[in-house]
Amino acid sequence: MSVDNQWPLWEVFIQSKTGLPYKHSGSVHAPDGEMALQNARDTYTRRMEGTSIWVVPTDAIVASSPDDSGSFFDPSDDKAYRHPTFYVMPEGAKHI
Amino acid sequence: MEDVERLEAFQAKIDREEKIEPKDWMPAEYRKHLIRQISQHAHSEVIGMQPEGNWITRAPSLRAKVVLLAKIQDEAGHGLYLYCAAETLGISREELLEQLHSGKAKYSSIFNYPTLNWADMGAVGWLVDGAAIVNQVSLQRTSFGPYSRGMVRICKEESFHQRQGYEIMATMAKGTPEQKRMAQEALDRIWWPALGMFGPHDKDSPNTGNAMKWKIKRETNDELRQKFIDKTVQQAEVIGLTVPDPDMKWNEDKGQYDHGEIDWEEFMNVVRGKGPCNAQRLEHHKKAHDEGRWVRDAATAYAKKQQSKKQVA
Ligand SMILES: [Fe+2]
Ligand SMILES: [Fe+2]
Repeated sequence: MSVDNQWPLWEVFIQSKTGLPYKHSGSVHAPDGEMALQNARDTYTRRMEGTSIWVVPTDAIVASSPDDSGSFFDPSDDKAYRHPTFYVMPEGAKHI
Repeated sequence: MEDVERLEAFQAKIDREEKIEPKDWMPAEYRKHLIRQISQHAHSEVIGMQPEGNWITRAPSLRAKVVLLAKIQDEAGHGLYLYCAAETLGISREELLEQLHSGKAKYSSIFNYPTLNWADMGAVGWLVDGAAIVNQVSLQRTSFGPYSRGMVRICKEESFHQRQGYEIMATMAKGTPEQKRMAQEALDRIWWPALGMFGPHDKDSPNTGNAMKWKIKRETNDELRQKFIDKTVQQAEVIGLTVPDPDMKWNEDKGQYDHGEIDWEEFMNVVRGKGPCNAQRLEHHKKAHDEGRWVRDAATAYAKKQQSKKQVA
């Protein structure tokens, strides 16, 4: 064991309160999931910032490419009818 | 896309105040500047633990001790946030540490001064963290996403650092004459090196170049230094201490303080490694890193073993 490496990278997602979505907080190095959790706790939740943590090996994340973001997201460009404001409501109708 | 076109799109994005993310195209110079700046910042957080660590076992009360421990632990955290931000630019943690150890990467010269007594814990928290806050508040608006997010997180944590230091100074300043003298001498020692933390004057600043155009930096060294001075002089007055600068006086027209000149020769000497503690700080870091190696090896071996157990089962 001669390579003194700093261990694989993990991405850290923290849920700040039960019921809320998990949010990306940063990353940590760790040899395994258990230590990644402990390192994430020590690094990102020193002030009770979270009720729960996910750690995910960084290389397990598949990301869309920012260069193609135009064409990648354009299927939703012309679909204004997916928004409630697209529809004309009769004058005087309430609670809709 | 042609590089010229890409560069224009990149600049336009920055001008719209949009953040640059790690996978976005960026000029090689932008990447290089960021790696240099973020790694220097990370190393400063980590090396900065040493002058304060020096006083943990001699803290004057249990309260003072837990506060100092929590503060130093935060600084370790700040180092980690920043290393991770640098790593998103394609440099590894090993390379970052290697550059620190070889002297290729710098850290803030302020940490090459010794901390001689407990009053220095006050002055460091108040002035060094105070100066760091001014700089880091500004960097929350830096154009590189991971750096900016790291700064937001760090700024939330810093304010207790400065307050605990100022509290120490205030307590000592209204203590015995001997304690007050210690507080004043700590201010005298740390004031000028703290002003040096903002770097050379804008006119002599070699690294500014594109940093303002690319919005890596949002305010210049001199602007930030002035902000720090304008905040801090009043705080010294409140606790009955005097900033060691005979030329410091309020300029009514400018609405800011005029101040004396930093001793740039001393500043450059410390940057070049001739400060009182340069060698000691690096030696200590290398030693801690080497001595921690068996822990890293053991954890790696354990992880491997668990992995192969899983595969068998
Ligand atoms: Fe810090
Ligand atoms: Fe701090």
